[in-house]
Amino acid sequence: MASMRDIKRRKSSVESTQQITKAMKLVSTVKLQRAKARAEQSMFYFNELYNTVTSILAKARGLEHPYMKGGKSGKKAVVLITSNKGLAGGYNSNVIKLVTRDPEFNKENTIIYAIGKKGKDALQREGYEVMKDFSEAIEAPTYRDGMTVTKELLGAFEQGDIAEIYLAYTFFKNTVSHIPTMLKLLPVEIGEKELDEREKEVSDAPMNFEPEDEEALNLIIPKYISSMVYGALIEAQASENGARMQAMDNATNNAAEMIEHLSLLYNRARQSKITTELTEIIAGADAIS
Amino acid sequence: MAENVFQLKIVTPERVFFDEPVQMVEFNTTEGEVGIYANHVPITLIISPGVLRITTAEGEKKAALHAGFVEVLPDKVTILAEIIEWPDEIDEERATEAERRARERIAARQDGVDLDRAEISLKKAIARINALR
Repeated sequence: MASMRDIKRRKSSVESTQQITKAMKLVSTVKLQRAKARAEQSMFYFNELYNTVTSILAKARGLEHPYMKGGKSGKKAVVLITSNKGLAGGYNSNVIKLVTRDPEFNKENTIIYAIGKKGKDALQREGYEVMKDFSEAIEAPTYRDGMTVTKELLGAFEQGDIAEIYLAYTFFKNTVSHIPTMLKLLPVEIGEKELDEREKEVSDAPMNFEPEDEEALNLIIPKYISSMVYGALIEAQASENGARMQAMDNATNNAAEMIEHLSLLYNRARQSKITTELTEIIAGADAIS
Repeated sequence: MAENVFQLKIVTPERVFFDEPVQMVEFNTTEGEVGIYANHVPITLIISPGVLRITTAEGEKKAALHAGFVEVLPDKVTILAEIIEWPDEIDEERATEAERRARERIAARQDGVDLDRAEISLKKAIARINALR
C-alpha cells in the first residue's frame, strides 16, 4: 500500500486540478451566456435577410447566374469553424470528422478555409490543403470577420478556383445539445417547396426590386453569405463554450470522486499505522513485564 | 399628422440600431439618393455609402450608412445595415486621413492598386465626414 505521504500528495494535486476545472467551467458559463445573448441580438437581422433572399430567389428562378449554378473546377471550399483551445470534449473532433469521414471531401478536391487552430492543425496533419487561416476571428466574432472571410471566398469563386462553398460548424441547439453541421453556401440551394410558398406570398403583396433580379443577386448573395458565416461563428462560439462547460463539469465531478476515494485510502492507511504502533507498544510492554 | 409617420427599424447583425416612428428617411442607394415618406410603394433597395437622414417630429438625425439594403413597405421601413455609425461613433481624424489616402491611391493609378476598393473607401470616408457636419 502507498505510504500516507504519497496519498496526501496525490490528493492535494487532484484538489488543485479540481480548482482549475471549476474555474474554467465558470468562465465558459459566462462566455456561453454572452454568446447566447449575441445570437439573440442578431436573430432579427438573419430572419429578415433570409426572407429577402428567398423572395428574390423566388422571383429570379430559372435565372442562369453563377451563384445559383456553381463553378466548373470541381474544387470544394470548406469553411471549417473549430476552436483555438482544446479541453472542450469532442467539440473539435466532431467538426473535423464532418470533413475527414465524408468521401465527398477528399484531399484532392477540398480546400480548407480554417477558422480555429484545432481544425486547421488536424486537417493539415491529414494532408488537406489549407488555403487561409482566420483563427483570431473565433475569439470575438464580429460581422466584419464574416465579411473578410466572404470576400476571400467569393474572390476565389469568381476566379474559378473553387466551384462550391461549404460551411462546417457546430449548431447550438441548446445548452446540452450541439450538432456538428455541414451547410452548402454556394451554389445557393433553397428548397423548391419553400420557394413555391414564398412565391405565393410575394404575389399577394408584390415587392419591387431596384436594381432588378441579376444585379440584386450579385449584391445580396455576398451579404447573405457574410451573415451566414457570422451566424455560424456565433453559434460555434456558443457551442464551444457549452461543450467546454460540460467537459469541465465532468472533470470537476471526476476529481471530486477521486478525492473521496483518496481520502478513504488515506484514512485507512492512518488507521493501520496507528494499529501497528499500538501492537508494537503493547508487545514491547509485555516483553518488559 | 399621425398618419404621416411610419416605423423605421434599422438593424445590424450585432444590434438594433434604431426603432422609432419617423416622418421621412433619406439615404443613398445604388440607383441614387432617395427620400422615403409614409405609404411608399413596396420596394427593396441596395445601399451605397452615404449619409442617412432621419426626420422625426423632434428634428433631424444623421448617421453614416455604408452597406446593406432596405425593405420599404407602406407603413414600415426596415434597413438591414451591415455597417452604420452615429456621428459620435466616428473618428474625424481617421476619416480625413482615409479620404486623403483613398484620393492618393486613385490619383496614382498604379498597377496592383484596386481602384474599386479605393473608390469604396473614398465614398465611406466622405459619408463619415458629411455625417459629422
